[in-house]
Amino acid sequence: MQDVSAISGNSIPADEPKLNYINNGHTLKSWLLTKDHKRIALMYLLSVSAFFLMGGIYAAFIRLELLTPASDLLETATYNKVFTQHGILMVFFFLIPAIPAILGNFLLPLMIGAKDLALPRINLLSLYIYWIGGIITLWALMKGGVDTGWTFYTPYSTTFSNSYVMAVGIGVFINGFSSILTGLNFIVSIHTMRAPGMTWFRLPLFVWAHYATSLVMILGTPVVAITILLVAIERFARIGIFDPAIGGDPILFQHLFWFYSHPAVYIMILPGMGVISEVIAGFSRKRIFGYEFVAFSSIAIAVFGFLVWGHHMFVSGQSVFAGLVFSFLTMVVAVPSAIKTFNWVATMYKGSISYDTPMLYAIGFLGLFLVGGLTGLFLGSIGLTVHLTDTYFIVAHFHYVMVGGQVIAYLAGIHYWWPKMTGRMYSEFWGKVSAMLVFVGFNLTFFPQFILGYMGMPRRYASYPEELQVLNIFSTAGASVLGIGLLMPVVYLIHSLFYGKKAADNPWMHPGLEWRTSSPPPTENFKEMPVVTWEAYDFGEESGLDIEEARRREAVTV
Amino acid sequence: MLIMQTNSWIPLFPEQASSFAWQVDYLYFYLILVSVGFTIPIVAAIFFFIVKYREREKFATPDEIHGSMVLETVWSIIPFVISMTIFLGGAVVYYTQYRMPEDAMNVYVVGKQWMWKIQHETGQREINELHVPVGRKVKLTMTTEDVLHDFSIPAFRTKADVVPGRFTYLWFEATKPGKYHLYCAEYCGLNHSGMVGYVYVMEQKDYENWLQGNVTGQTPIEQGRDLFENKLGCASCHTGGQQQRGAKLEGIYGKEVSLVGGQKVLVNDEYLRNSILNPGAQVVEGYQPIMPTFKGQVTEEQLLSLVAYIKSLSGVTATTGTPAAAPSPVSTGTDAGSGNTQGGDR
Repeated sequence: MQDVSAISGNSIPADEPKLNYINNGHTLKSWLLTKDHKRIALMYLLSVSAFFLMGGIYAAFIRLELLTPASDLLETATYNKVFTQHGILMVFFFLIPAIPAILGNFLLPLMIGAKDLALPRINLLSLYIYWIGGIITLWALMKGGVDTGWTFYTPYSTTFSNSYVMAVGIGVFINGFSSILTGLNFIVSIHTMRAPGMTWFRLPLFVWAHYATSLVMILGTPVVAITILLVAIERFARIGIFDPAIGGDPILFQHLFWFYSHPAVYIMILPGMGVISEVIAGFSRKRIFGYEFVAFSSIAIAVFGFLVWGHHMFVSGQSVFAGLVFSFLTMVVAVPSAIKTFNWVATMYKGSISYDTPMLYAIGFLGLFLVGGLTGLFLGSIGLTVHLTDTYFIVAHFHYVMVGGQVIAYLAGIHYWWPKMTGRMYSEFWGKVSAMLVFVGFNLTFFPQFILGYMGMPRRYASYPEELQVLNIFSTAGASVLGIGLLMPVVYLIHSLFYGKKAADNPWMHPGLEWRTSSPPPTENFKEMPVVTWEAYDFGEESGLDIEEARRREAVTV
Repeated sequence: MLIMQTNSWIPLFPEQASSFAWQVDYLYFYLILVSVGFTIPIVAAIFFFIVKYREREKFATPDEIHGSMVLETVWSIIPFVISMTIFLGGAVVYYTQYRMPEDAMNVYVVGKQWMWKIQHETGQREINELHVPVGRKVKLTMTTEDVLHDFSIPAFRTKADVVPGRFTYLWFEATKPGKYHLYCAEYCGLNHSGMVGYVYVMEQKDYENWLQGNVTGQTPIEQGRDLFENKLGCASCHTGGQQQRGAKLEGIYGKEVSLVGGQKVLVNDEYLRNSILNPGAQVVEGYQPIMPTFKGQVTEEQLLSLVAYIKSLSGVTATTGTPAAAPSPVSTGTDAGSGNTQGGDR
């Protein structure tokens, strides 16, 4: 109930509202024209969540259609649009921006001890670009949608599809600049805005992960922009680039598309890995095991991530030798991910582990990412992939990495930093229930799909042979559980805003700079510029944490 | 029904019906073994740690451990070595799947939204069905009239994309008679999930009966000759001996020829195809670039037939030495299909 300063005898009464970034200005204008990274992050949170919800509704329709072998609930044309739009909304408008634009925006300046990002106006601009791209895409979906699959493979997308391909393309194109600007902003901020004493190797691993992500964003995203531009040139000027009928090469499109979209996978997962590093270290109260290895493995993943795009094209007609080289490089990129996993587990050794909601999510992440990573080996092994590619094995694999990895990490992060972002505590009980439901529901949904894939069930099918129905029923049942698990946080987190316990400034007693300011933080983040004299993840009193007092506080509130 | 019989000792496992299916399955089992080998210790460690080192006192400060160079090295090298074994295993299997055998019987496949059109060398045509004999290598030469498709037979553990504007190839040797699913595995629009069919694997005798029951007009080579000599008029320039204006086609397949401008090119299916559609691009030395393009005038199936005919001018009938092949009337060199039982009886 009471905040820290009240207990320690300071004169501020407990119930007097302090000026923080949320109540510092109530007009709509003060939000829409803000330069405060924290307000921008909150607006991202609302927008990204809306897209996640829409993508989720599409997913529900997919699973309902696949409950029965025949194509009966939706018309096939509708089904094709539903899975396409599920992919587009989830990938471009949820998975890519979620952690960087929400948690990264909010936390990066706090973690490095800065007042804001280096380029606050650019930060606001990237939010507006995201909105414009999103609105154009939504407009195209309302007008009639798109049915090319999120991969937009040519020549179907350029010549044969009678849907709003170009409108969606423009939406995605514009949205890409939002990523580029965010990445640029993060890199500049990390280089120039660190507080005194915050050396590179005192940075939280969340910051390292975002640095690596930003590199991929600014190097990779322009390629997809160029690709969309080339598609537009081909459609409007009839210059043969991808369409063989006028002298183009459809496989060139695949190379360009995956040159971005494979690294984009790392845009999605690296920030999630950053969150997991923070949560596991925090709730084990241990310095992360092998800090440098975890930090540099992020960079290694970002670099190697650019060299493996061809593993999406093993059966596409690219040369056999290219396939072998890409298979080899894919195996190499597995190693840094393995290193991270081992270090996370080792971090828990001899720790003091508490089972708070973020930690439950993080433990769930370890299990799901393990499965996602190991099945990545199946798919990197080229001879096996000839059988597995374009089947439900692929669908299951990338959902284990994207949902089991990124979404679970995102939820862990939202729960972990919720007290800081809103100044409120949510219900631990419901938090734990949701973490477990998500884990169980997720596995029930996607594990059967590995078996379906080995049985040969192709992806993007509205109907399938009858002998595969039982596994599909499991999957749909799991999806219902998963859906409930994912909706629960929406309810109890909103509830906490109004009825939640007020959060202490440092409810978990963690050493990161973001915990050394009030909850929620003031607009300028810190009353005075912090000076860092301790190493990262130093949970002892020598890093300035008043643990005795926190224990007393716990005793009072319980 | 022979479809998708479940193996008794492994439930939910697809039928194994091609000569290399067991290789793919062994690789799969190896990877499952590796996965279980990693998962059990890691999950056990997680559970052990979260129980043994659970919070005993609020906000405790456990002793710091910074890391261990030895451990980091070990758990970098072990995954690397294992991943290399997986790479090598995959490479060997892939080599088997994607290296086309020389002595296979040929089948031509054209994908089209949303059906598979299949033609046998002996002239039979089928749609969404493919009949093949057991124990014979079959090579598919594939292309498409419109968008990307993918010819996928899970029971044979192989598939390949079918790409507009070029030929792609797939081969298998069926080992077990039966009826197996055929899917289009690359998304191709509206009725993608309806672009399915069956592969029927038959005993040699049944296959021969099937061939006889499905006698149709021309073989691809005959059809190609008809196009060449009559319908498209290729023969007016490409025959005639010393005086002919177009390049001499007899005996060129599989050889290198010099082009105008000094480059050399290997005459293969792809080159023949391109030369029909875009003749000005790679002109053989000693000839004028006078040939008109046939783009838009020939269908994909006609192109396959033309290429088959031009190959036959060099003595290349793709089913060299295999029993059920029809000896081509224009085959010049090698003796195709001597001693066969029924091939030439039409």
